Amino acid sequence: MARVWLFGPDVNTDQIVPGRYAPYMLKDESELRRYPFIEHRPDFAPNVRPGDIIVAGKNFGCGSSREYAPLALRMVGIGAIIAPLFARIFFRNALNLGIPCFTADLTKELADGDEVELDLEQSRITTADGRVIHLPPPPLFLREVWAAGGIVPFYRQYGRFPGEVGQ
Amino acid sequence: MPTMSEQILSRVAGRPVRAGDVVTASVDLVMVHDSLAPGIIRILHNELGAERVWDPQRVAVVIDHVAPAASVQTAEKQQEVRRWVRAQGIPNLFDVGRGISHPVLVEEGLAQPGMLILGSDSHSTAYGCIGAFGTGMGSTDIALALATGKTWLRVPETIVVRAHGTFGFGVGPKDLALRAARILRADGATYAAIEWHGVEHLSVMERMTLATLSIEMGAKAGIVPPTGLSVTGPLVPTVDADAQYQKVVDIDLSQLEPQVSAPHYVDNVVDLSELGHVAVDVVYLGTCTNGHYEDMAVAAQILAGRRLAPGVRMIVVPASAQALQRAAADGTLATLLAAGATIGTPGCGACIGRHMGVLAPGEVCVFTGNRNFRGRMGSPEAQIYLVSPAVAAATALTGYLTDPRTVMDRSPAVAH
Repeated sequence: MARVWLFGPDVNTDQIVPGRYAPYMLKDESELRRYPFIEHRPDFAPNVRPGDIIVAGKNFGCGSSREYAPLALRMVGIGAIIAPLFARIFFRNALNLGIPCFTADLTKELADGDEVELDLEQSRITTADGRVIHLPPPPLFLREVWAAGGIVPFYRQYGRFPGEVGQ
Repeated sequence: MPTMSEQILSRVAGRPVRAGDVVTASVDLVMVHDSLAPGIIRILHNELGAERVWDPQRVAVVIDHVAPAASVQTAEKQQEVRRWVRAQGIPNLFDVGRGISHPVLVEEGLAQPGMLILGSDSHSTAYGCIGAFGTGMGSTDIALALATGKTWLRVPETIVVRAHGTFGFGVGPKDLALRAARILRADGATYAAIEWHGVEHLSVMERMTLATLSIEMGAKAGIVPPTGLSVTGPLVPTVDADAQYQKVVDIDLSQLEPQVSAPHYVDNVVDLSELGHVAVDVVYLGTCTNGHYEDMAVAAQILAGRRLAPGVRMIVVPASAQALQRAAADGTLATLLAAGATIGTPGCGACIGRHMGVLAPGEVCVFTGNRNFRGRMGSPEAQIYLVSPAVAAATALTGYLTDPRTVMDRSPAVAH
């Protein structure tokens, strides 16, 4: 089972990884795994498990273009992020890194610490008490990028950018 | 007729496009900054397997985020970036002290009207100050653009912020930008572009204040019509009466009060008069939003012949070397120094909380920059208020958040 980590609205990339903890400031980029939410929610990094999901309010990932914010979340194995609205650059960065993002508001339906199962193929969450929550299925080109493991493997595989189909 | 974004993106897509279309576009210019350059270089070479950038002439590299270096680590990474720039034959490296990427690329004439400009910094919306479509992207997108000269994007809908009249005494472009953030909120322009109309009377760098802050409303681009400028480019976008807009926001400049963004969200904006007594430790004048010559000049007009309040530190970090030189040549700098301000190397300064004036727990800072997120400038226990240069200077005189109209000389020479 995956654990739900619940966040409020307008979580910015400075809260995900403060600029002072950028790879630029570190000896080794792998240290980054210790820093997601280091000041905003210090219990996150030591306790998060691969496959856990972030459920947040609107405008998740606003602020800086720093890709090391979603990269830090990928390093700790975040399985998906679900929010009613994502900031544009963050959404693109997460897509590029192969982190599934679903546009839905589950902040009232799920509580912090809930145990759930996420079915990416079916865009579906099943809670420990058997409730099934359907997520709006993302557009095909997003799922293609996730399936490839991110934009770099996608580009190397197909030799084109997402969304070019049918033009 | 198309919006300015549609005009520009039609040019770089090579076909007429409309809001909602997903396009693959040729990129005119890619800006890479020191903070993310090492990661971008690694993705370019190691993950994409590209040995060369697609066109060295169309790449600009700027060392502005930690300039000069703050540690052995940052010094090593800057060394790596310089070596890479030489090996790639990139002619445009703007090294320590030249200033922040956004004003620098405009000053150098590299950023031009009608261009599609991608930057590794989120405030790359700043290039809209001269009528370019500037947008920030993450490291992987920038690496892909460096490898291919192309990117993909969805043509945004457009929100218009329409300014009417002229600024009252002591009020300026930053107040307009914060007012727009107050109305649209931090997510109000997500996936959209903002066009700023009715601001032809502003200088290029004053327009940059508006274009830069556009990202704080979530915008993909923030474009000011390049009206009245001498710069030209591949396309001079124009405002068409028949363009289709998602939304129009009207703001009467003559009724605008000094605006303040209170901690810890940019859209937490109120009229300054609504706030009570806020004692301040640090006044920080700088950044791509408000570290321009005009901003230093406004502060100097208020501080002329006066001294900072006891206990207040005022740090001025010019946005570019050209702005600093201009301020040195006409006495602006001498006025700021005589008042007790200290001057930093042109660049981003403490905006990202890495050096040159980071904040201690409990400190209160009034800041002319673009973000007041918790922990942005140092300790998460510090408080950051975003203000105009005039409010910053007035506050430096009194030691508490102050309406500049209460301390300013009302002689006609005083600008906004």
